[in-house]
Amino acid sequence: MSDVALRMEHVYKKFRKGETFNSLRDLIPALTGTMFRQQELSQKDKREFWALRDISFEVKRGEALGIIGHNGAGKSTILKILSRIMKPTKGELAVSGRLSALIEVSAGFHQDLTGRENIFLNGTILGMTNREIKSKLDQIIAFSGLEEFIDTPVKRYSSGMYARLGFSVAAHVDPDVLIVDEVLSVGDYVFQQKCMERMREVINGGATVLFVSHNLKSVAEFCQRSLLLEHGETVTIGPTHEVISSYLNRSRSAHLKAAESKSVVISKVAVRNPAGECLRFHSGEKAWIDIELTACKSCSKLSISLYVTDEQYQSIFDTSTERLGYSNFSLEAGEIFTCTFELQLNLANGIFHPSILVYRYDTQTESDRWAPATTIYVSSDEDVRGAAHLFPKVTRQETRAEVANLMEMPGAAAVIPDVAPAKN
Amino acid sequence: MREELRELYKYRELLYMIAYRDIKVRYKQSIMAFMWAILMPILIVMSGIVVRYAYALAAHKQLQMADIASVAVKSLPWAFLVSSIRFGGNSLILSNRDLVTKIYFPKEIFPLAAVMSSLFDFVIASGALVVFLAALRIHVSLSLLWVPVLLLTLITLASGIGMVVAAGSLFFRDVKYIVEVLLTFGIFFTPVFYDAGMFGDKGKWLLLNPVAPILEGLSACITRQQRPDLPWLAYSVGFAVVSLFGGYVFFKHLEPSFAESI
Repeated sequence: MSDVALRMEHVYKKFRKGETFNSLRDLIPALTGTMFRQQELSQKDKREFWALRDISFEVKRGEALGIIGHNGAGKSTILKILSRIMKPTKGELAVSGRLSALIEVSAGFHQDLTGRENIFLNGTILGMTNREIKSKLDQIIAFSGLEEFIDTPVKRYSSGMYARLGFSVAAHVDPDVLIVDEVLSVGDYVFQQKCMERMREVINGGATVLFVSHNLKSVAEFCQRSLLLEHGETVTIGPTHEVISSYLNRSRSAHLKAAESKSVVISKVAVRNPAGECLRFHSGEKAWIDIELTACKSCSKLSISLYVTDEQYQSIFDTSTERLGYSNFSLEAGEIFTCTFELQLNLANGIFHPSILVYRYDTQTESDRWAPATTIYVSSDEDVRGAAHLFPKVTRQETRAEVANLMEMPGAAAVIPDVAPAKN
Repeated sequence: MREELRELYKYRELLYMIAYRDIKVRYKQSIMAFMWAILMPILIVMSGIVVRYAYALAAHKQLQMADIASVAVKSLPWAFLVSSIRFGGNSLILSNRDLVTKIYFPKEIFPLAAVMSSLFDFVIASGALVVFLAALRIHVSLSLLWVPVLLLTLITLASGIGMVVAAGSLFFRDVKYIVEVLLTFGIFFTPVFYDAGMFGDKGKWLLLNPVAPILEGLSACITRQQRPDLPWLAYSVGFAVVSLFGGYVFFKHLEPSFAESI
């Protein structure tokens, strides 16, 4: 079984909600109290809850497993147990080789020490030897891009610089098993790309990776297999795209369940291209979003808003039937209303979440919201970054010497004539 | 136990690193810098001299140079013990909270590093003490060979107590305050300003305090060129070893629940 790098078997973890005894002063009367009154014990039982229930999985050497789930589903608890910060209440786990966790990468920093000193400190905390750090020091500094500030105490760093330095150290640990928890969201876009690149290197170098993220795109990118966690229990484990669609479906059914008490419910949202239902698009293609509303009570002056968020759930686009010039509508109980939005997806490569909001036009009160209603995957041929795709072309590119130089050295200016873009 | 010790050995570089960090941070950006290591012992020695002077006045005697030397010799180890326990006790809950909840490694490194960084202060202060003793014309003798044994006992004791206090104060917030009170008033129950011998036969009750035979032993072999009282020293050594061993087992027993209890 040497090809299994990481294994959890029937792991349970119990936590206690609320205050536990924090001081001897509280503990002593409480102890004498329980001796006489039995009911306090059962009260204690009620405050316990299971953060993880019967979690079992295996990760093979060189494999990347993603863990997805809502906040509080138990993802971080799994990571903490694997990195041995917490002990499971029940169950077995086995890890082979050096394990490194990219959880809170700057936890070991000391405010008063310089960047350089903190590299040594944090590197040692993460399990590197002094010699190892020395040999990688230049690499780490270069990766962080903080050459200028490396001898400044980190308390003067911005939070972005702080996180970048933390990640740079952690990324150079060369672990056998790497645990990643949402750290890829640090720094600016360029640094994030650098981190992704480094992750790819680590994975290609044969390390085993456990990846926890809300960012479905990066999970889909790195992990062949994923595990969906809900309320501390495994829902499914399997190929990542299946797990992601099951995750999205479950949030859909959760939406419908919660909608019973509302006057009008968004009962269906579907995305299609001319051929039929579809979630994968090319930049610039057209997509149609069909929306169905079901009224439970009579309601009037409704309007539908469609907005699109990026993978970080930041809104990048927003429109509504009202703003597009369509009159608001009224529904009687039991009536079903449908409408279709046509969108031209001038979007760059990435994952986007169309979301729907139904509201009363005159009072601006929200009747129902489904966010994210669905997820679409957009791919583009050109290497453009950001949310929007503006279909750029380079139509001119030239180098021109300054006028003063031109006077001194006539003929020295090299002018590159128009460079025609290769595409189209 | 064996596996845990092997792991601690594996992480020894981290232990040095944390100790180094604690020292560096303490000396960095402080105006007093190295004075810091000496200030606290100097204050203790000065108060000791005042107390000794009061004894001498009450007894209608002259204050002896040997008495001053004895106070100085005993004050430094006491200051070391207090600072190891204080820093060690707070090391999990104050200075390294994030590391306790977020990253795995043997956590006894923190109280042990606190002992090491206090030891660094102690070594610096000892340099000043040697000069002071030379000025008082204290002789060098073979009995000084006992000093390493006595100091090792003290370090062992400090490490054991440090681990117990560190783990205890993580679970119960008031342990910190209780220990603080004990450290403040402990000096009156320990022969630092006085000698156990001043109490005659009743002095042996004072020696039950495991720190007392160590301090008395240091005073004997440095200022009086005598060897320490061996049975009492054996008592202290025994106590120190038990406290180190027991403290370690106690600490390791509680360690798995640190992250969720802090």
